[in-house]
Amino acid sequence: MRELTYNEAAVEAVAEEMRRDPKIFYMSTDPIGPLLREFGEQRVRATPIAEAALTGMAIGAAGSGFRPIVDWRQVTFCFVAMDQIVNQASKIHYMFGGQVSFPVLYRAAVGGGTQLAAQHSQSPYSMFMNLAGLKMFLPSTPYDIKGMLKTAIRDNNPVISFEANRLMARKGPVPEEEYTIPLGKADVKREGSDVTVVALAWLVHEALAAAEELAQEGISVEVVDPRTLVPLDHETIRNSVQKTGRLVIADEAGPTAGFSAEVAAVVTEDAASFMRLKTPVKRVCAVQVPIPYSPVLEDHVFPDRKRISAGIREVLQGREPADAA
Amino acid sequence: MQTRSPNLPPDTQREMLRRMLTIRRFEERASADYLAGKIYGVVHCYIGEEAVAVGVCGALERGDRIISTHRGHGHCIAKGADLGRMMAELYGRQTGYCKGKGGSMHIADFGIGMLGANGIVAGGIAIVTGAGLAAQMEGKGSVAVSFFGDGASNAGPFHECLNIAATWKLPMLYVCENNLYAAQTAAAATHALSDIAARAAGYGIPGVVVDGNDVFAVYQAANRAVDRARSGDGPTLIECKTYRWRAHTERRGQPDPRDQQELEVWKGRDPIARLERQLREQGDLDDSGLQTIERDVVTALDAAVAFAEASPFPTPERATDDVFSA
Ligand SMILES: Cc1ncc(C[n+]2csc(CCOP(=O)(O)OP(=O)(O)O)c2C)c(N)n1
Ligand SMILES: [Mg+2]
Repeated sequence: MRELTYNEAAVEAVAEEMRRDPKIFYMSTDPIGPLLREFGEQRVRATPIAEAALTGMAIGAAGSGFRPIVDWRQVTFCFVAMDQIVNQASKIHYMFGGQVSFPVLYRAAVGGGTQLAAQHSQSPYSMFMNLAGLKMFLPSTPYDIKGMLKTAIRDNNPVISFEANRLMARKGPVPEEEYTIPLGKADVKREGSDVTVVALAWLVHEALAAAEELAQEGISVEVVDPRTLVPLDHETIRNSVQKTGRLVIADEAGPTAGFSAEVAAVVTEDAASFMRLKTPVKRVCAVQVPIPYSPVLEDHVFPDRKRISAGIREVLQGREPADAA
Repeated sequence: MQTRSPNLPPDTQREMLRRMLTIRRFEERASADYLAGKIYGVVHCYIGEEAVAVGVCGALERGDRIISTHRGHGHCIAKGADLGRMMAELYGRQTGYCKGKGGSMHIADFGIGMLGANGIVAGGIAIVTGAGLAAQMEGKGSVAVSFFGDGASNAGPFHECLNIAATWKLPMLYVCENNLYAAQTAAAATHALSDIAARAAGYGIPGVVVDGNDVFAVYQAANRAVDRARSGDGPTLIECKTYRWRAHTERRGQPDPRDQQELEVWKGRDPIARLERQLREQGDLDDSGLQTIERDVVTALDAAVAFAEASPFPTPERATDDVFSA
């Protein structure tokens, strides 16, 4: 199968949908070259640096029959648009009794590893998960981002596509044929029996690397990639934990009130999953600080395959020898 | 045409030249070290725009406060920041201004009234307007200066702050560095007026356009605005027309869609060459005088780089320092 980068797959998804539906248009402070060349300045707009206005205009255009895409670029740039996101986009459909729908796609790059420091490196999705009325996802592969973006563009709600800075240039197979991936469906990226690792984005790849290493010691790791954050696929996560009895959650964000806390709650408040847990849940997250610049500090703050392995070993401590096939 | 020399002692005028040259050499070094992998993340160069920071800061006192943008080295140097601590910050070292937490986009020196470079476009405008409010409430006659780009002038904080500052007569200078582009996007594509200064009328304050590559023109406009602010008459919007010589960032492979001829025209208006020529014509600079300045600048810069290189990286545990104040 041909290979595309994560970024190329995303652009291809947008281009295909724009070809299909003339109501789709795209706004960002610096437009994406291939989109601009194909669709022209009316549909691919270079905007002033005015994210609050763009975020709100998309809601209004959506409520007036269009299907706008706003590319915030770094997620940190959308914080100037918090009123439009929180008070307007997330509430408007509910508050007005569902009169019309608001099909908007917001795109935002998240995560670190770029040494761009606190104002350009953040993984704040749990801030948005806390709202009702916004769907959101964070894919880990070119295949997933393409399929999920296409679904999100067709969705009749405001959807946020969180996209990992660390994965932009990463390649993976993407079929030429049309396909979509539904929102709300997790993907088991590797099957295993001793421990479940629920991971997002770049950490899916780090978890897979850790799983590969640990396999040589006879440790069997299952890697679950939720992909969609809202609505979160509880069932796949719970089923995996019921099978393995152990849970490690890996997230590039800090732990406090984070995605990782949500996953831990989804598992532990479910009686069938809770009863199967053999050891406490382990979270492998970023240190809870604004992201620092110096590589020494940045590397210290983020989790990686080593810390995931250590987390796995921790939940495996005291494992019955019979368990180790 | 270069503005006639203001009523400044020759030493002060030569000092302006030295500061502008320091900015340029600092950034040439930062760019090279970035490409060599000694500086991380991103570096935005101010080369070509040096007259704005130096002209404005030349009209300020130490107690006045300024705020900067993502393109902040020039403002730091013009306000008198220490080159060693700046370079150490770029190198990610513990001795840097922000102990390696900030990097190029986030250098601050509150001790000299430099309230920080900022990674968010228009992010500094409100903060420094707060410093202007503080100056007004202190009543000691200090002023505050917001440096920002043409791109930032389209963002909400610019408009909200100009309105408040005008209404409350805050002692503020809003200095727009109109380098005709916001990243890859031409200014002409993002606002209908060609002069950002014209917006001042909408807030009832003076708006002036100056040649941002003419350090004395900038200095004189800033001086008038500072007088006005210190005497309690409120803010001024100063638009400095200028141009950046380098790509938006120093990142390798970064596209620069600007017209090369346009760039050449602006290089012909080099603010440093213009000042040098003028000082010579006035009889305030000769070859040996220029050599001395050049040598001093390079010596200071070499010392700054040596300091940065000799400085340790922070230990990893330092990552959790300073989340909260004591
Ligand atoms: C709120 C926000 N949106 C977008 C960006 C990305 N960005 C960084 S610099 C820049 C252009 C800024 O242009 P201008 O204000 O004219 O300053 P210049 O770079 O020309 O000095 C953009 C869009 C950002 N940092 N913050
Ligand atoms: Mg600009």
